[in-house]
Amino acid sequence: MPVAEAPATREELCSALAAAGEAGTPVRFRGGGTKQAWPPAPPEGTLELATSGLDSILEHNAGDLTAVLEAGVPLAEAQSVFAKEGQMLALDPPDGGATVGGVVASGDTGPLRGRYGGPRDLVVGMRVALSDGTLAKSGGKVIKNVAGYDIAKLFAGSFGTLGAIVELSVRLHPVAPAAATAVGHAGDPEELGRGTAAVSRSPLEHHGLDVRWSDGSGSVLIRFAGATPRPQAEAAARLLREEGLTTAIEDDDRLWDEQRAGQRGALVVKVSALPTRLPELLRVADELGAALVGRATLGLWWLRFEEAQASSVERLRRDFLARVEDRPAGLDVDPAAPLDPAARALMQRVKDRFDPAGVCV
Amino acid sequence: MTNGSLVERLKGVVGSEHVVTHERQLATYASDGLLQYAVEPAAVVLPGSSDEVAAVVRACHEAGVPWVARGAGSGLSGGALPVEEGILIALSRLRRIVEVDIPNGRVLVEPGVTNIAVSQAVAPTHFFPPDPSSQIVCTIGGNVAENSGGAHCFKYGFTTNYVTGLDVVLPDGAEITLGGPELDHPGYDLVGAFVGSEGTLGIATKIWLRVVPKPEAVRTLVAFFGSTVQAGEVVSRIVSEGIVPGAIEMMDNLSIRAAEGATNAGYPVDAGAALVVELDGSEAECETRFEHVKELCSEADSVRVARDEAERDLIWRARKAAFAAMGRIAPNYYVQDSVIPRTRLAEVLGKIEELAAEHELQVANVFHAGDGNLHPLVCYDGANPGEAERAEELAGQIVKACVDAGGSITGEHGVGVDKKRYMPSMFDEADLATFQRLRCAFDPDGRANPGKVMPTPRLCGEVPGPYRQHPLEQAGLAERF
Repeated sequence: MPVAEAPATREELCSALAAAGEAGTPVRFRGGGTKQAWPPAPPEGTLELATSGLDSILEHNAGDLTAVLEAGVPLAEAQSVFAKEGQMLALDPPDGGATVGGVVASGDTGPLRGRYGGPRDLVVGMRVALSDGTLAKSGGKVIKNVAGYDIAKLFAGSFGTLGAIVELSVRLHPVAPAAATAVGHAGDPEELGRGTAAVSRSPLEHHGLDVRWSDGSGSVLIRFAGATPRPQAEAAARLLREEGLTTAIEDDDRLWDEQRAGQRGALVVKVSALPTRLPELLRVADELGAALVGRATLGLWWLRFEEAQASSVERLRRDFLARVEDRPAGLDVDPAAPLDPAARALMQRVKDRFDPAGVCV
Repeated sequence: MTNGSLVERLKGVVGSEHVVTHERQLATYASDGLLQYAVEPAAVVLPGSSDEVAAVVRACHEAGVPWVARGAGSGLSGGALPVEEGILIALSRLRRIVEVDIPNGRVLVEPGVTNIAVSQAVAPTHFFPPDPSSQIVCTIGGNVAENSGGAHCFKYGFTTNYVTGLDVVLPDGAEITLGGPELDHPGYDLVGAFVGSEGTLGIATKIWLRVVPKPEAVRTLVAFFGSTVQAGEVVSRIVSEGIVPGAIEMMDNLSIRAAEGATNAGYPVDAGAALVVELDGSEAECETRFEHVKELCSEADSVRVARDEAERDLIWRARKAAFAAMGRIAPNYYVQDSVIPRTRLAEVLGKIEELAAEHELQVANVFHAGDGNLHPLVCYDGANPGEAERAEELAGQIVKACVDAGGSITGEHGVGVDKKRYMPSMFDEADLATFQRLRCAFDPDGRANPGKVMPTPRLCGEVPGPYRQHPLEQAGLAERF
């Protein structure tokens, strides 16, 4: 089992990382501990460095719609602070106690991504600690800034393998006053595909276009948020009916909580496939007995399996770019999708530069 | 290899008609949009395909010769300024739109395709949101290098939010694919790291872009106020009401006068500030929010609402002509691109006014008010001895005032050669050394666009160590680089 440490300041975290670097001790960072099973198991004797001591919201500049947070701040806690000003950090992955740093490091996202982007798009500045004892920042505190390299994008989704994210500047958005969701039900993959395509190509400005599917039937969900969500939801429902779907308008928080919950399970595989491949993917999901939720305009889909089998992952990888997220210990699969060797070599060079001690695992 | 034999080799790669070595022709490429700097390269090469780009870069790599990539040359930070004795790789022949996939909202283009051509290729249903003012000429390759913005990026985001994949020629000539048409390819987000790297990590030869449906409705107004402070307060109120305008742009009196003289758009020349507000989106939403914006502008001296597309064009014409119209105020101007937290607007504009008076120069302000991206235009007459230097000094102090207010030295034009001296005002040595790690992973020999972005030239060691001050440096006796 890893030895755990929870430094109280970013300097302490940096020193602990540097000491591990010098000793050649592998290090893994821990935020809320909600995605520990996603990356490959750490080697024996790995030091666990928790960010739980870095839990301050350093700035909330409501007038500028920005905030500066330490990495260990729980996302839910940050949201409740921003909500007091009618604002939000537009990241809504399934929560369960995740920290802001952990969400960014894992690149985890929820339904809001379609409208606002993911961590890579919302982080405007970052401070990182590296295994040679460097503490450095990039970006800034303003929402528009092209000074220097975009190190934050490099670290977003890097799972802590380049170093530790210790502080983040983020862009915030106003919370919309009202929301409504149009739901269309479909009994076959083609019909669902037609429904999502009709809404995708329309100029309706939705705040989320999701699908869900299991066992040969499913729905498309289109959320509108703003001053006048209901007439927009009705317009979307009309489009769906024209494609043969049966529709309803619903008030909607529960629906979207379910979408998020669909991204977690015993075995969850995230698939990147262009939107028009949805019907094909739904047929594979049926074939494998998986339930699916996903972001129809982004082409990001999560397949949830009740029974975890490596063969399901292999089947998906035959036709799709697939990454394993939740999985039981002992399931023998490589969580990462295969990578082109030239890209892998370049990424290794990047890792060697940022983690010269080679200890961030 | 000497430059002469390199040039021969390059002619073999691209054909001698696509290699420029004549002095008079080289002069055309000596500057980009920032005319204050000019350097003639040893040769300009115009490859016609990705493979030719790779072969050209490989030849430079083997000859140990530095190179600079250039799109339309419309950049405003000297990012495409050639290096002496180096090769300038002009990408203007790579202008194919390779694939248009409307159902998936994707377009695959070569770097020499202009920004506007992407929106034209997906019209009338879709558009490409980043819209720099130079969009008629500037290229996607240049947009990728600079992470270009534009008037509509407060709502829609920047180039980096719309690039999903890149074919890149690395500085050693190797060809590599990063990302693709899909989102979230495995591994590090090197696409994110590459966009905005100002041509220092390689050359993008194919670019996957996301395009989005055109909004159903667009409503535009321009409100005129007694002062920029009053207009700034309205911007704050609009934003704090949760309204996210497609664009929200401000001009001060000097820029109004210049732009009106050039366009006759009907802006009152005695107005202290003009605020262009444009909402777009769903019909019902747009209408409701627009009424709200009109209410918020009720204290304006006058408000003009665009009744049709022609009037909208007219309102925008004045805004977009502001830079070019500066010739009416002074023979020369020096444009800055600093960003401030929007709530500090009144304070920083006051400071700019003070600094301008001190330097006995006029400064016109045109800016993206939503995201606090100022474009102060320092007006001067280069024919008056010492005035250019005074203008540059004033510009520098404006940048400093913006950084002191918690902002940035550049919001969309890039650091290039022009702003690299200001980098230490935002980033300390550890930060800069961390930037260099990324550069070294891509370009260990430092041949891609050298002399840009970083304030001082630096080399790549085998494995970087943490930065520690040398005793001589501590004593102030030597600089490390």
